[in-house]
Amino acid sequence: MMYGYEWDTTTWITYTTSILPIILIGLTVTLKAAAAGFSIALVLGLVFALLRRSRVKAISWTTAFIVEFLRDTPLLVQLFFLYYVLPDFGVVLPAFLTGALALGLQYAAYTSEVYRGGIEAIHYGQWEASTALNLTRAQTYRDIIIPQAIPRIVPAMGNYLVAMIKETPVLSVVTVLEMMGLANMIGERTFEYLVPLTLVGLIFLLLTLICSAGLHRLQQVLPKAGIPLR
Amino acid sequence: MDWTAYLPMLWQGATVTMTITLAAIVVGTVLAFFFGILRVEGGPILSAIALCYTEVFRGTSLLVQLFWFYYALPLVGLSFDPITTGILVLAAHAGGYGAEIVRGALSSVSVQQLEAARALNFNRFQTLFRISLPQAVVEMMPAFGNLAIETLKLSSLVSLISIADLTFSAQSIRNITLDSTSIYSITLVCYFAMSLVLMVAIRVIEHFVRRGNVFPRSAHS
Repeated sequence: MMYGYEWDTTTWITYTTSILPIILIGLTVTLKAAAAGFSIALVLGLVFALLRRSRVKAISWTTAFIVEFLRDTPLLVQLFFLYYVLPDFGVVLPAFLTGALALGLQYAAYTSEVYRGGIEAIHYGQWEASTALNLTRAQTYRDIIIPQAIPRIVPAMGNYLVAMIKETPVLSVVTVLEMMGLANMIGERTFEYLVPLTLVGLIFLLLTLICSAGLHRLQQVLPKAGIPLR
Repeated sequence: MDWTAYLPMLWQGATVTMTITLAAIVVGTVLAFFFGILRVEGGPILSAIALCYTEVFRGTSLLVQLFWFYYALPLVGLSFDPITTGILVLAAHAGGYGAEIVRGALSSVSVQQLEAARALNFNRFQTLFRISLPQAVVEMMPAFGNLAIETLKLSSLVSLISIADLTFSAQSIRNITLDSTSIYSITLVCYFAMSLVLMVAIRVIEHFVRRGNVFPRSAHS
């Protein structure tokens, strides 16, 4: 029994239907973790992208190194690092927030590259016009460049959101009870791993197929709304 | 305990990580080409099978796949040791993404090339192996490079099915010493170093592929 739901392992059909409510509770945690992680990634990625374009060499090189380091090391180890090392320095976060932060940091490295591509794709005439209008660099970014860059990178960001949803099961290792963690726990108690794990796999497959279809649609709608994607 | 004392055990884990990653990349590349070519050339039934393979392995989470095969394979009488399971699942996962890369590169070969091959009376195999693939492989290299790094990073997940890789070693040392900061810092640096080595290796391979030393010279050059 878990969350007040009794399981019934007589046949695989009764087993599936009896654990479905538990797995769906896990699904909400999975989606919340992805939402929290992706919010962090969107904000931090933009910060990385802007720092990377800084004219001070020390800042842009340090940022480039940090981004490269985050991109080239495993999420799992970064997660362990945050989970076990932060408390040593007096920062004690709930497991869910630690997990969201780890997801956010890793994906900030990915999204910063997307932002960078989007910003670099803006025609340099926009910069010249801003200079002619006596806008400062910060104003140009805020009012001219970023508002134009963001709509065209929406599909690329969507791809990373889908990828992030698929990486949330990693959070189960730091006691975040999302879908996969719950499925494993059910397996440990009933000694029947196959049904819960298959169910979780199918839900992931369904999620990614829906998201990919949505993204595909978006890629067709955006150019019609006058937003070039490249 | 001084942090240098951890190094022998971490090195042992790192060799396991390297072995698993390399094996998964090799097997994954074979799967990628097999299913990628099926997607393009396989006819309706075979390409549908290849599509199912790529969608299943790209659409479900790697950790779910690892646990699924870890628990499911013994039930159908196939019991591998965890390392083989880990390599196979990582390879199948990478193969799913790789097949999409292969498909994309094959379908981006220009139509004129295929028409020319047809005019020269090449059959389908000759067209594929002498015209399409040699040009497509050059296009695939950067994407395969990213996939290789991704495989190295994802290989850390095999520690969760009790394989003593680098992450697993780091975890076991931490459980004894509780010295989290230095252990995880060293582990992160190790992974970063391995990624850099892998990147250099990919550059070298890419260089040879571009010079046409691996595949026969393509017809247009």
